Amino acid sequence: MTTTEEKTAVGPRRPRAPRPGPGRAKAWATRAPLLPALVFLILVTQLPFAATLVISLFEWNALYPEDRAFSGLDNYESVLGESSLRNAVFTTALLTATVVIVSLLLGLGLALLLDRKFKGRGLVRTMAITPFLVVPIAAALMWKHLLFNPEYGLLNGMLGKFGDLFGFEAPQPDWISDMPLLAVEISLIWQWTPFMMLILLAGLQSRSPELSEAAKIDGAGNWQVFRYLTLPHLRRYLELGALLGSIYVVQNFEAVYTLTGGALDTANLPFVIYREFYKAQDYGVASAAGVLVVLGSLLIAVFALRVVSSLFREEGSRG
Amino acid sequence: MTQLTAPTAKSTSRPALAKAAKPRSLKNAALALVAWLGGLVLFLPVAWMVLTSFHSEPDAASNPPAITAPLTLDGYREFFDSEPWPPLINSMTASLASTLLVLLLALPAAYALAIRPVKAWRDALFFFLSTKMLPIVAGLLPIYLFARNVGMLDNVWLLVLLYTSMNLPIAVWMLQSFLAEVPVSVIEAAQLDGARLPVVLGRVIAPIVLPGIAATALICFIFSWNELLFARVLTGVVAETAPVFLTRFITSQGLFLAQLSAAAVAISLPVLAAGFAAQDKLVQGLSLGAVK
Repeated sequence: MTTTEEKTAVGPRRPRAPRPGPGRAKAWATRAPLLPALVFLILVTQLPFAATLVISLFEWNALYPEDRAFSGLDNYESVLGESSLRNAVFTTALLTATVVIVSLLLGLGLALLLDRKFKGRGLVRTMAITPFLVVPIAAALMWKHLLFNPEYGLLNGMLGKFGDLFGFEAPQPDWISDMPLLAVEISLIWQWTPFMMLILLAGLQSRSPELSEAAKIDGAGNWQVFRYLTLPHLRRYLELGALLGSIYVVQNFEAVYTLTGGALDTANLPFVIYREFYKAQDYGVASAAGVLVVLGSLLIAVFALRVVSSLFREEGSRG
Repeated sequence: MTQLTAPTAKSTSRPALAKAAKPRSLKNAALALVAWLGGLVLFLPVAWMVLTSFHSEPDAASNPPAITAPLTLDGYREFFDSEPWPPLINSMTASLASTLLVLLLALPAAYALAIRPVKAWRDALFFFLSTKMLPIVAGLLPIYLFARNVGMLDNVWLLVLLYTSMNLPIAVWMLQSFLAEVPVSVIEAAQLDGARLPVVLGRVIAPIVLPGIAATALICFIFSWNELLFARVLTGVVAETAPVFLTRFITSQGLFLAQLSAAAVAISLPVLAAGFAAQDKLVQGLSLGAVK
């Protein structure tokens, strides 16, 4: 149970160069196993990105194929100029940040609770990870029809029952129409809290218990142990959770597509790409939106890669 | 774990010490209650969906909620009457085939990055991870145009290729971190004893990394099974996957809640079963192998 620090870090513990082999044949022999994956990945992911970049510079609507022409940055102007598309950029950032931060905090609380021994801990953990194991589109449908529906949804049903119990008229909000973005956020936070909880719980259980017990013998309170021992130890796990959560939530399509259909200012960039391409058949604008998603993700990625490589360096210095 | 310790918050939960500190045990009980509440709140929606899937349509749409309504299999009967097998088989094909292909491509790559590291293996590793950070949705249009031109629209093998590229970075990263756990000394000792590469791979490395491979496969399977956007755009009637099958319920009207619940539960079942059975693998996989 006393997993050491070493085991938790990302990356190999072998920062050594390959043996000095006799010449190029040897070098290619070590490189060869890497090539299929590398070539496959470049073909299937990088090539389409390049094509997207090129198409984004053209005026190209599938409904008017003969009007295809080079148009420079016009498509970017329409993405950023049209308020609905500009909103999508903002919505994506807001949605991702809210979902990642709230589910990280809830996941941290739950992980701290589950790190203690109590009756039925295994069962509680199993119940808590269930949301993550429901297929996202199924989860989105469940929220839309079974929970948020104003007439027969469980939320309003429970509110009504609660009102009856205490003799007042409980409000019966139309969740999705009244608070569309919040509804999307709630469904995603519900789905991502278990993810954060699992990563943070693993982090908590990789602490050495001796350290905090020694600190307590020295007179440290619960809060001090949490603030100065637990939290610094959890930092890398918090960062890992935030990083992976951002990668996935920024690309989320199911929740917006199902709950609101992109209406009411909830369209995020993946949904906009889908809409422009699938409904409007405007290839140029869809591609420009795609390039913007990539640029936005690059910003996250640069930060994220810095986090990961700092984990690497720590690991390397340890030997 | 059995040494004598001062009664700290952590150790009071151990039975022997719990009796010694009464107020602490009250606090522990309160915290356990909060944990139970948290777990129940997360679980309740799914429990409600499962219960609804066993209700009749009128009971499913009643307000106040009919918790004690009689149970029936009508929802599932209707789901299985609506020809769900082709989509389910498509999903199974796409998920299993792409998981297999991912492992075939990722294992040699991870070997080249961890056991016999090539020069600049770090750069290569970061390249793999960075491709995962660029949303594949941005390549949707060129992929669609390509598929249309070569006649691969509505073909489940196109999804296999896409899901493979989607999961490959994660798999390389994970497997690399699992392979890096294999002690160099063990490999070198085996080689000194005259073992050849296949023997080293099969007898020395495989037993150590097999759990890691299982974790990687589980994660790849789940992400492929769940994928909707590409399947929605690139498939039609023939290669429709299970998540696409579910989209028919988005704008449904009338009495459909029990049938929707049954379909959602049935289609989530493979992931639920795999995830519950391998909770620890799930943690390893989700953290890209950072948590062993």
